[in-house]
Amino acid sequence: MEKKKELTVSAIENGTVIDHIPADKVFQVVKILGLEKVKTPVYFGINVESKKYGTKGFIKAANKYFEPEDVNKIALVAPTASIIEIKEFEVIRKQTVSIPDSIERIVKCFNPNCVTNKEHDVPTKFKVIKDAEGNFKLHCHYCEKNTTQDKLEFI
Amino acid sequence: MSVSLKNRSLISISDYTPEEICHVLDIAEDFEKNPHQNLLNGRIIASLFFEPSTRTRLSFETAIQLLGGNVIGFSSTAGTSIQKGESLADTITMVASYADLIVMRNPIEGSARFASEVSKVPVINAGDGANQHPTQCMLDLYSIRKTQGTLENLEITLVGDLKYGRTVHSLVEAMCNFNAKFNLVSPVELKLPSVVKQHIKDRNLEYHQYTELEDAIPHSDIIYMTRIQRERFPDPEEYEKVKNSYVLRNAMLANSKPNCRVLHPLPRVNEIHVDVDANPKAYYFQQAQNGVYARQALIASILGLK
Repeated sequence: MEKKKELTVSAIENGTVIDHIPADKVFQVVKILGLEKVKTPVYFGINVESKKYGTKGFIKAANKYFEPEDVNKIALVAPTASIIEIKEFEVIRKQTVSIPDSIERIVKCFNPNCVTNKEHDVPTKFKVIKDAEGNFKLHCHYCEKNTTQDKLEFI
Repeated sequence: MSVSLKNRSLISISDYTPEEICHVLDIAEDFEKNPHQNLLNGRIIASLFFEPSTRTRLSFETAIQLLGGNVIGFSSTAGTSIQKGESLADTITMVASYADLIVMRNPIEGSARFASEVSKVPVINAGDGANQHPTQCMLDLYSIRKTQGTLENLEITLVGDLKYGRTVHSLVEAMCNFNAKFNLVSPVELKLPSVVKQHIKDRNLEYHQYTELEDAIPHSDIIYMTRIQRERFPDPEEYEKVKNSYVLRNAMLANSKPNCRVLHPLPRVNEIHVDVDANPKAYYFQQAQNGVYARQALIASILGLK
């Protein structure tokens, strides 16, 4: 008997679908994109079956489109994510993310003695140092220390 | 093309190109010959020391006075608005409206870079925690060039705390521009951090790691001793284990090269025995004196007076 296919959440008419997010990173992506503050509908799923990755997460943000520098920020936690833009239920653009060369405000510097942690209102600013294997570290513009991937903490 | 450092803050030694560094050293040489030059002519320099300092603060203030300038500022935060909770941004904005240049030491890492972004006048970093101390680096380079006649192709032995010692990190970074060869002498716990070592590797320069100081002495042009700094150790037990790792004694210099000189950013505790002081190869006190000329050169260049 043919298995009945069901949509996990309904399709959006207009907006952006962020697919193939690692299952445990969905909430971080929501935060990075500031989706917890928007007034338009946002649907998300975690631990959804994925042929490619086993499980995955996704986000569907209705009536919302993102600037490339914003979507690239999510590459910090979800390098496998794909961004699908929808207009009138049709896919108009599909793209993958890539880690940007610089990151501002969204990540904390791991150094407790950095000016960004000691003073109020000094936004963090990092240069992204990438290696050939796709790993990266964030070089703090102020204290010049490197925050490694395992120490990433979002503001 | 002529070099101009007018209005250029100095936060990290890498802010200046090798040409710009050499330009500052040339000016410092001129100040050594003729230290009293009334170039500032009453201009006001703010000296903001958020933590205690002896040499750096005194040599800056000496440099300013030799240049005919006036100093305002503080040597600790006691009694200032900072203790009332004023932000660094507000303090700097206010002081920048009083002074032509700000010299700042602050224990918070990155504070100097931030201050230079807030301030409308240039900022010289006189040390921001364990991060950078570029004017020390400038006087170290001046001392090396003066004693060796060049900065090129020298063999530099760095001894002691190579992990936390900010002067070592800046010196390595700067000397990488001049084809140096490095001998790194430290206890295992205090090895040069990989991020600093990467500068050496990026330039394909030669370096060797030693645990015994005697092995590196005979071929060194410069022996740069450092104090193992108690205040940089999160764990006091770790400090106790390594505090007396290296002590340079006069007899150990017997096989050193004739041009070899011993440098130390000071203060020393016991890592250079006093019996070295009388050896003509001991250069650390002249090195501290050179700090005045290097700082005169920086102030004059940044204010566009040289």
